[in-house]
Formats: sequence, structure tokens, C-alpha cells
Amino acid sequence: MSKKGKSRLRLTGWSMVIVASAFVLFFSYVPMIQAFFLSLKTGKGANLEFSGLANYVRMFQDKVFWTTLGNTLLYALIQIPVMIFLALLIAVLLNDPKLRLRGIYRTCIFLPCVTSLVSYSILFKNLFAVDGLVNQLLLKLGLIDTAIPFVLTDGWAKAVVVIALLWRHTGYFMIFFLSALQNIDQSVFEAAKLDGSNFFQTFFRITMPMLRPIVFLTSVMALNNTLQLFDEVVNLTNGGPGNATRTISQYIYDLSFTYVPSYGYAAAVSYVVLILIVIITVVQKKVMREK
Amino acid sequence: MKIVRTVCKNLFLILVSFISVFPFYWMIVGMTNESKDITMGKLTFGNAFLTNVTNAFEKADLWRAFFNSAQLAIVITFFSLLICSVAGYAFVVFPSRGKEILFMVLVASMMVPFATKLIPMFRMFSNMKLLNTFWAIILPAIGAPFLIFFFRQNTESFPKETIEAARVDGCSEYQIFARIYAPMMKSTYAAAGIFAFMASWNNYMWPLIALQSNSKFTLPLAVSTLAADFNPDYGMIMVGIVMSTIPTVIVFFCLQKAFVEGMVGSVK
Repeated sequence: MSKKGKSRLRLTGWSMVIVASAFVLFFSYVPMIQAFFLSLKTGKGANLEFSGLANYVRMFQDKVFWTTLGNTLLYALIQIPVMIFLALLIAVLLNDPKLRLRGIYRTCIFLPCVTSLVSYSILFKNLFAVDGLVNQLLLKLGLIDTAIPFVLTDGWAKAVVVIALLWRHTGYFMIFFLSALQNIDQSVFEAAKLDGSNFFQTFFRITMPMLRPIVFLTSVMALNNTLQLFDEVVNLTNGGPGNATRTISQYIYDLSFTYVPSYGYAAAVSYVVLILIVIITVVQKKVMREK
Repeated sequence: MKIVRTVCKNLFLILVSFISVFPFYWMIVGMTNESKDITMGKLTFGNAFLTNVTNAFEKADLWRAFFNSAQLAIVITFFSLLICSVAGYAFVVFPSRGKEILFMVLVASMMVPFATKLIPMFRMFSNMKLLNTFWAIILPAIGAPFLIFFFRQNTESFPKETIEAARVDGCSEYQIFARIYAPMMKSTYAAAGIFAFMASWNNYMWPLIALQSNSKFTLPLAVSTLAADFNPDYGMIMVGIVMSTIPTVIVFFCLQKAFVEGMVGSVK
């Protein structure tokens, strides 16, 4: 190809990437950099003054910050392992070629992922209301004597958030594991069976270790999602009772738009989330490379 | 022994399937019941369906919210697919050092949580006088780093000879993209389209801030506002929930394979 033709090709190439890149750069890096400068300023509303690291210092004494960060990490700590275990278990059961109706089971279990985040949160709020369906069921079964105010009690409210998250996301993660399992040679499982290994032995000694990379990857993904949890808590409990279920993302939102706006401080808190996500991602990349 | 095991497995799967599907039944039943009956956990169909639907359309104007959501989702899906697929294609077909770096920068932007961009974006759109317009929702959504990544990934396996042959035939680079590449990549477009549509249809945090008047509300905003009422009418809310669920359920059943691919594709 001639030199002229080559340079024209190069230009065409750049012209093709430039539009999308400009949009991404303008709407992610520009606000991100602005947020950093904002985080160095204090003041109410639009009256902002440079104040160095004051916002970051304030964070250390801010109880609500620690509560919301703690809640967010608690969700991650409880929900992710339970979800991964359930998703793995279901995937293993569905991977049995002799199982009848596996297509139907798979579709049913995947279905919750198509619901809108706001909608399913409101459904769950409804199901767990004081006179809601769950309470009625528990009363009828004689498991409790008086209705539990789920969404109004500290511990229960957290549990309801976790249950809702499990319902919505388990099927999604199950699909990842199922597609990973389908790449494993069935003869491995046959051999284990011949060696007299039972279901749980096979599950913990063969399946789990073989799926370790995908389990790791999906856990990181889930962790990133949980760190940004917002829609569900807003619509399910609105952060209450008190701050018992409030997440860090919701706190950032509240600091900017619900309370007297303190943009600078909100930006500083948001940088903590950003840094956490960057750390998690870097660790993930490192670990994956070692494999 | 073997039968016991099969029965246990199936019982467990039936239980999980039941729990997964039950809320769908619940929302459909809810749509036909009065608010009072819904909170009491009534599980059978009632006869308030027409009242609920009429209320939803007259009092809450859910129809407009549905239309707003649909309009935004379609526009965003179309334009993001267009510009991101061109970019993903070019990253593979015209590789260069500079583009490699640019691509890494683009992918890294996926790490930036939305909460960090929230306030600067609010101020940016407020300065541009674009708050409370659909531009505020469309503009930040059409450059999607994940879609660029997804198209680049899928273009790797596209036969280079096809492109060479088309060049020899005298096609321009944009013609090759539009007439040869795009039609051959239908399944990638379907998966990416579903991803873009779902993201837009579910978008909540940013519209919550950027859209302020009821006439601009998207479905999640409208439903969420109804539910936050002091005395919420659950019959009406259930209509809204069903309206927000039906399109995605239909898309899921029609394009199941592309759907799963679009959602799982993020990890491959």
C-alpha cells in the first residue's frame, strides 16, 4: 500500500474512535477531576472556599460516614459469599445433563435479573411490610406470635436488604458459573463418581477449585456493585430506621441533595469509594495475571 | 438412594424457582387488587384492575413516564450502539500504539463510581442549562466504555480477509463497516443492544437528580415517587411495576440467548 493510502487509513481509524472516546472522556474524567478539586473545598451550597484536606479530616470524626461505610461493607460481607455459594450450588445441579426440566429451572431462576431495580425493591418493601405477606405467612405457620416490623427494626431491615439482593442477583451469577461448568470436561465428574466421591465431596474438592478463577472474578464484580449500592436501599428502606441501612452512595447523595448541600464534603466521601474500587480492581488484575 | 437424591435435588430447584418466580405472580395479582388488600397479602385475583389502571394513567400519568423511559432507552441504545461499535471496530482494524493507550484509558473509566461524578455532572448540566431535559440523560449515556470494550472483544474474531477483499473491490472504510461488518455482527449487536437498553431502562440515580418535573419523569422515578407517598396506593404502584417489568421480560423471552450473552459478556 502507498504511503498516502496508509496515512489516510490511519486518519479513518482515528475518526472512527474519536466520537465515542470524546463522550467517554468528557463525561467520566472531566467530572472525576472536578470532583477531586471540589473535595478540597468547604462551604454550603455554591459558596465554596479552598480548605485543603479539611473534608478528609472531617470524615474521620463523622459517625454517619463510618456507619454508612460499615453498612455497605457488611452487605458485601454477608450477601456476596451467600450468593456465590447458592449460585454455584444451583449451577452444579443444573449442569447435570440427566436432569429433567433443567431449561425451565434455569429460566425461572434467571428471571429476577430482568426486573428493574426500583420495582423489585418496592415489591420487597411490600412483601416485608408489617401486615405484609411474609408476616402473614409466618403467623399462619405459627413461627411467630406477633408481626415483625421488618423494615423498621435495625437488624431486620439490613436482613431484608440482603434477602432482596440475593433474590435479584443469584440467578445472574448462576449463569456465569453454568457457562464455566459447561467448559469443564464431564469425564472429570464421572471419574470422581467412580472413585466413590459423593455430591458434597465432589462439590468442595473438584468443582470449587476448578471454578476458582471465575468465582474470584465474579466476587470482585459483586463487590464493586455493592460498594455502589443505591437504588435498592433508597426504595426499600430509604436508609432507615435512622441510618441502619444507609449505604455510602446514598450518604453521598444525601450530602449533596437531601441535607443542606455540602458538595465539597460529598465529593471527598465519593473519593473514598473511588479509591476502594481502584484498589479492588488493581488487586484483581494482579491476581488474575499471576494465574 | 439414587431416587432420594434426585427427589431432593428437584425439590430444592423447585423451591428456588418458586421463590424466583413468585414476586412476578405477586405483582400481577397486585395489579387487580385494592391497595388495602395488597398490603394485607391477598394472593388471589381481585376486581380492581380497571380502577388501578385508570388511576395509574389519570392520577400518576404513568403512561407518560412509560413513554419517556421508552423514548430515552431507544435513543440511547441506538446512538450508543452506533458510536461504540464504530470505535470498537476501529480499535481492532486500525491498531496503533496511541489507540492502545486510549483504549486502556477508556476501559479504566469504568472504575469511576457514579457517585463521584454526581455533583460535577449536576453543575455541568446546570451551567449548560440542560437540567430537566432529556439531553442530560442522553449525552452522558451514549459513550459507554463497556460497549466499546464488548465490540472490540467481538471484533477480534472477525475475519480480516473479508475486509481486505472489500478494500480490493473499492469499498471505502465506512462502507466496509456499514455494509459488511455490521450485518455480519448481528448477534453482537443484539447482545450489546440489550445491555444498553437495560442500563437505560433501569437508570435511577442520575435521572433522579437531573429530571425535576413530573412530566419528564421516567418510569423508575414515577414508581418510586408513588411508593414514597405518605399514603401510597399500591394498586397503582403495582401497575407501574408491571409496566416497568413487561418490556424487559418480553425482550428476555424473545432474545434469550442474546440477553444472557449481553449480561454475561461483561466478564469474558
